[in-house]
Amino acid sequence: MDKGTETAPQKNQKNANTKVVKKLLLTVFAMFGFGFALVPLYDIFCDITGLNGKTNDVAAVYAADGIDTSRTIKVQFITRTAKGIPWEFEPVINEISVHPGEMKFVNFYVKNNSQRDIIGQAVPSVSPGIAAGYFQKIECFCFEQQPLKGGEDVEMGLQFYVDLDLPPEITTLTLSYTLYDITGKVDS
Amino acid sequence: MTTETVNESLDESHDDEHHDHKMTGIKRWLYTTNHKDIGTLYLWFSFIMFLTGGALAMVIRMELFQPGLQIVEPDFFNQLTTVHGLIMVFGAIMPAFTGFANWLIPMMIGAPDMALPRMNNWSFWILPFAFAILIGSFFMESGAPNFGWTFYAPLSTTYSNGSTAFFVFAVHIMGISSIMGAINIVVTIMNLRAPGMTYMKMPLFVWTFFITAYLLIAVMPVLAGVVTMVLTDTYFGTSFFDAAGGGDPVMFQHIFWFFGHPEVYIMILPAFGIVSTIIPAFSRKQLFGYTSMVYATASIAFLSFIVWAHHMFTTGMPLAGELFFMYATMLIAVPTGVKVFNWVATMWRGSMTFEVPMLFSIAFVILFTIGGFSGLMLALTPVDFQYHDTYFVVAHFHYVLVTGSLFSIYAGAYYWLPKWTGHMYNDSLAKWHFWCSLISVNLLFFPMHFLGLAGMPRRIPDYALQFADFNKWVSIGGFAFGLSQLIFLAVVIKCIKGGDKAPAKPWDGAEGLEWTVASPAPYHTFSTPPKID
Repeated sequence: MDKGTETAPQKNQKNANTKVVKKLLLTVFAMFGFGFALVPLYDIFCDITGLNGKTNDVAAVYAADGIDTSRTIKVQFITRTAKGIPWEFEPVINEISVHPGEMKFVNFYVKNNSQRDIIGQAVPSVSPGIAAGYFQKIECFCFEQQPLKGGEDVEMGLQFYVDLDLPPEITTLTLSYTLYDITGKVDS
Repeated sequence: MTTETVNESLDESHDDEHHDHKMTGIKRWLYTTNHKDIGTLYLWFSFIMFLTGGALAMVIRMELFQPGLQIVEPDFFNQLTTVHGLIMVFGAIMPAFTGFANWLIPMMIGAPDMALPRMNNWSFWILPFAFAILIGSFFMESGAPNFGWTFYAPLSTTYSNGSTAFFVFAVHIMGISSIMGAINIVVTIMNLRAPGMTYMKMPLFVWTFFITAYLLIAVMPVLAGVVTMVLTDTYFGTSFFDAAGGGDPVMFQHIFWFFGHPEVYIMILPAFGIVSTIIPAFSRKQLFGYTSMVYATASIAFLSFIVWAHHMFTTGMPLAGELFFMYATMLIAVPTGVKVFNWVATMWRGSMTFEVPMLFSIAFVILFTIGGFSGLMLALTPVDFQYHDTYFVVAHFHYVLVTGSLFSIYAGAYYWLPKWTGHMYNDSLAKWHFWCSLISVNLLFFPMHFLGLAGMPRRIPDYALQFADFNKWVSIGGFAFGLSQLIFLAVVIKCIKGGDKAPAKPWDGAEGLEWTVASPAPYHTFSTPPKID
């Protein structure tokens, strides 16, 4: 046989190989996509189950059916500034007692200690994580960015209530805020 | 063997795919599409990488020889542990197995070569570039990656020392190479089996590589995805893992370990295949429970996809998640136990002899089982909180990767060296290699269990005084183990240069088509498919 020509079985072999390669390549691309699909899937999964302590990121509407005065929940507030943001950030009160269904309003104090204008973003997290889905924020500074001029200070408000069907074993909630400098991200 | 010679001469005149073996010198290796040449390249590459990664480990053990900071700065220590891990996983163990696959799968299934020889060449030759980038980063201003081989965000993003880009590109190339290698293995096994070689007649060796290749195809793209996210988070302002922008650093760990856990089976399933070939040969019995071995391998592969979060028990998962991942993980002990008992049952009442491949295989069965047991201990959520990120974990994965995967690679290398080189290896030197390795590896890794239980954290260049004695012994074991591997280099070089002439089948209990061709295996084998009954 001449070089360059293929016998029938060789050609069949090549076709069969191409078929398998195509399927496998498709799997490769699908799995590459799946890696990225995990990002929204993770968010949806956590949203449904409340597994990672993430709270609602848009304002909730008050929907509790009365106030359960037989239970008192301790809600603690902690704050933290991320590396590189020269802000002071503190809760005005560290702890508050609420009945499930009862609306509360608390303030957080923040001050830009630098001379630059900085845009901050607070990211909330609730512990224990499973309780995050029962912690409803009606109004929160974390829904918006916080642009502060150099040296400026402000009190930021949070209005919330705890759902009536909070699991009975939970008596204390900790709400933690981490404040990040997002000036660069907003500009670009 | 006369038929082989005839086939050989037919090739010369007819086959336009295989003209490359007339080339000499470096071009033969650069342009080769021959599965045996490429197998050899992979094996040498992996051994060089093994010695490189080993050299880094020697510096780590020198630093840990006594408490306090001796010879390296903490940041450089982090670079050492990171690059040691990356080289050993992606540069030593995985290419070694690909080397075995290239050399042996075509011969075992009666195929003339791999199905995609040109891609085979490419998948090998991009590897040196990946490791040149990775190792080259040591000499860059930023230094090498220092965030651990697991590159957890934000260590690899926000707090990166600037090496993230080199790391990501190196991993991308390694991933592409692995995927191409895996595709080649699957296509070869599906399409090039000799007539009559049904799936359930394939040697278990081929089965384990078949399943491993599927694992690679499924999870290497996920690794490529997660390193891409790390890259864009670090340099292009995305926020996949950055809480400030709405991302989640814990999600990094989920995606990484979704790749990472199947990855550890990618590094052990081929070892099962090698050991399942060698133990029957030197027990002079059929492999006990072949079918159950196939199904056990497939179950382990399946389970590997649903256990990833057992690496993350301490990230604050809810109880239900911890329980699920704990039970799913413990379930893996069932198919793995099936395998271990099958190996023992194969040896049971066999006419056993203890040539060096068998010594390494028996050591594999015992020591891998120890590694499996410490894995079970780690799978228990309540106690994992104590073991997490301690030397207990280090002991565990070195038992499964060194005395598991690496010992199986040595077993396989000694077993097939006569077929590869045409010479028998020097038996007494090989026995020295085995016994020195066996003793030193246990001195090296066994005390780490106790260090971990006592609370010594991993990846830290200094430690509390009470750990000093054990660390001294561990370091001595480490140096001895490192030096022992040079004996292997000597054995291989001696074996290539000369030695007793090996017959076509040097082991009387060996089975498989690779033993029906001459030793050393001719450049082209099975150009005409063999008859399988």
